[in-house]
Amino acid sequence: MLNNKIGFRLTFGVVLTVLLAIGVFAYFNIQSEKKSLLTEVERHANQLSEAVKSDTEYDMLHNDRERIHESIRRIGRQDSIDRVRVFNKSGEIIYSSDSAEIGTMVDKKAESCYRCHSAGKPLERLEKQERTRVFRPHRDSSRLLGIINPIYNSQSCWTAACHAHPKTQTVLGVLDVTIPLTEVDRNILNSRVAIVVLAVSVILILSLIVGFMVRWWIDRPVQELLTATRHVAGGELGYRIKVTRDDELGMLARSFNNMTDKLAEARLQLFQSDKLASLGRLAAGVAHEINNPLTAVLTNSSYLLKRSQGQAEMRDDLQVIVSETIRCREIVKSLLDFARQTVLKKRKADINEIIGRAATVIENQLALGRVKLVMELDTALPRATVDANQIQQVFINLMVNASDAIGENSGTIKITSSAISLRPTGVLQIKRALCPKRHDLVDRKIRIDGKPAISMRFRKKKHTGLIHLNPMYGVDEHRLSDMPALGEGVQLLCPDCSASLIAEGELCPDCGSPVYAFEVPLRGLVQGCLREACGWQRWEQVDSAWNDEYVEVRVIDDGCGIPKTQIPKLFEPFATTKGQKGTGLGLAVTWGIVDNHNGTISVESEVGVGTSFVIRIPVGA
Amino acid sequence: MSPVQDILVIDDEPTVTGAVVKVCGAEGMTITAVNSASEALRCLEKSSFRLALCDIMMHDLDGFQFLEELAHKGIKMPVVMMTGYSTMENAVKSLSATGAVDYIPKPFTADELLTIIRRSLRCSKLLDEAESVGLPRNGSMSYVPCPTDYYRLGYVSWVLMEDKGTAKIGVSDLFLKAAEGIRGFELSVPGEDVLQGIPCAVATSHNGSRHEIMCPLSGKILDLNTDAQSIPSLVERDPYFRGWLYRILPSNPQSDLQWLSL
Repeated sequence: MLNNKIGFRLTFGVVLTVLLAIGVFAYFNIQSEKKSLLTEVERHANQLSEAVKSDTEYDMLHNDRERIHESIRRIGRQDSIDRVRVFNKSGEIIYSSDSAEIGTMVDKKAESCYRCHSAGKPLERLEKQERTRVFRPHRDSSRLLGIINPIYNSQSCWTAACHAHPKTQTVLGVLDVTIPLTEVDRNILNSRVAIVVLAVSVILILSLIVGFMVRWWIDRPVQELLTATRHVAGGELGYRIKVTRDDELGMLARSFNNMTDKLAEARLQLFQSDKLASLGRLAAGVAHEINNPLTAVLTNSSYLLKRSQGQAEMRDDLQVIVSETIRCREIVKSLLDFARQTVLKKRKADINEIIGRAATVIENQLALGRVKLVMELDTALPRATVDANQIQQVFINLMVNASDAIGENSGTIKITSSAISLRPTGVLQIKRALCPKRHDLVDRKIRIDGKPAISMRFRKKKHTGLIHLNPMYGVDEHRLSDMPALGEGVQLLCPDCSASLIAEGELCPDCGSPVYAFEVPLRGLVQGCLREACGWQRWEQVDSAWNDEYVEVRVIDDGCGIPKTQIPKLFEPFATTKGQKGTGLGLAVTWGIVDNHNGTISVESEVGVGTSFVIRIPVGA
Repeated sequence: MSPVQDILVIDDEPTVTGAVVKVCGAEGMTITAVNSASEALRCLEKSSFRLALCDIMMHDLDGFQFLEELAHKGIKMPVVMMTGYSTMENAVKSLSATGAVDYIPKPFTADELLTIIRRSLRCSKLLDEAESVGLPRNGSMSYVPCPTDYYRLGYVSWVLMEDKGTAKIGVSDLFLKAAEGIRGFELSVPGEDVLQGIPCAVATSHNGSRHEIMCPLSGKILDLNTDAQSIPSLVERDPYFRGWLYRILPSNPQSDLQWLSL
């Protein structure tokens, strides 16, 4: 479980490495500490030994044994000295701070003799560093440092009055001083404990820090990514990772978000086209099935209408049947039109009049639901070129929706109309874009905000790729992927024929970069800058001839409102909030009609307060 | 049953044939209704008709097969296809490939039906007259000959493909003659989309009937002939040149043109 986590593994790995490094460091540190302490003690022992030797030399030459005994005993009483003794060449202890052992023989194999007597023939000279030895007299006793100091023969010895030593003798005896290492050993132990404690605390602190950093920089973002993947895998394509960092994981999160965006869009498109395909089949089926009964109704009623001259009341009723059946016919047609995204029959029409007609159609339904209809219409509204039947359908759909939202309660539907001005940027969609060889750059498979994007290919040496421009004029939200900035050696080409899309001799008036250009059939050239943060775009013919007159109609109700989560799906086919009551086609058809008029439709809603649909239709269409 | 009747109506829905019988009967036409194409073929063995109204989607033999049978048997009876809006493509196909004279989209009003029946009967008469003086029975030669590089949709409308990729659309001489004198045209406005087989203009004749003119090609209207709108008689006098109706930007010329005849 735990060892499957990347954070744990990483922390464990780092700690193990640190442990190893500090372990090795501590080992060598302790070793060198030990060595230097011992060297210090050795130096001290040597000095001591030399001091004893020179201290007793005079008495030796005068063979004053009592004084020598006294000096040795005095020196041996010091705390820092275990024992001082002198033995002669044959190993007999002559002087000793421990008077009990005077006169006893030293085994040549004993630790104090071993250095010289190990090689059969005794050594006559002993180097300084070879004089010391560290040993334990018993297994349980503390360590001792012994230093032997050979007493060499000298002229003063063989000429001394006592004549104790002949001239031929090289070594007269050995001064052996032993010093207890208790203090040194304690120091070594202390420093070893200190180093171990230090090492352990360093490791602990380090692993805490590393663990924290790993958690902060790796574990958490990875967990976030993982959570996001689970959400996305669970179908929640709207899930986003909050990107707060610029490192690789931040980039990963960003591309993850990007990927889910595209996935969501692709799914939406697939979903939409799937729905549209089934809607098309459904509509064709419905149209076919409904056409025969409608034919019978329409033919018979219009036949009766022809024959009912002079019967005014009956004529009126028949007229309603005929006109409403014709409306049915138009609905079936528009359903098929929507499925095929086709033809409009546009004429100059008064939008207020269309609103009035739509209101008359659903008046009965509103009266039953105790809904009040308030109209605030701008009498100076310009006449717009629209398909009156379809636009009427839009208003009927929205009013029916509003009345459904109000439900059983009483409420108000307010319809307002007004003339507004809109700039072409952000409103006008480029639906066809031609390269110099007249290939359409609009790619219906790639969509930005649901609209087919304009695709171009860039090339710099061997590096090439596709970019997708937002088809809304003036909207600078393109997908440039990893395209280098336009300039020396960067080509921008038609994906079909590789004709260059860079406008020769034209530079962006805002930033001076090279610009792209394509033609919109019958509406002139569109030029633009691709440098990030510039986003300049020019469509001369549209800018100069733009009719910024729009009619804005708002349908406002004080009904139940639409939950925020439902709003993005509102205009999709078969998305209904009415349960069994609706087909889910109304708003999809509405959207299709408004879009076919180059208009826009948007919605603002608050649950429990009401909903407001805003439709903007260009006067000139 | 008299040997020559006015109308034979074929539809597998009795409510549709019933309504047609009622409307035509009230206008004094003689009419026989059958509910399948095979029944219609049996009927044609015994009597002849001046015009047939035939549904396209039927159970045993469909409208196309019925037209093929007629051609096979050498029966030169004009046929008007009836079809739902959902199968407009079929309607265009029936006009070009199998020699129907016209079609009427369902559902239709009594007036729409009568307008098309009268126009088709007259059209058939005009073709008979043309044939009797040795002209081909395809509508290309009647009072005003149709130029050879014009594509035609049935006897209704024509297309001239222009060099710059646009196309001119107009109404055929025979259609205008069959409509018996045009009082005026209702045209769509530039910028609007038109679809092959769907009415793109309405010609109103002196007797008040409205004749919908099927568009021969899908596309977007670029320009319209204001002369045709203001002087309807110009279209009648010179339907193939000065009497054009629209200039359009074809959206799908290749696939559209296959249904048109040169």
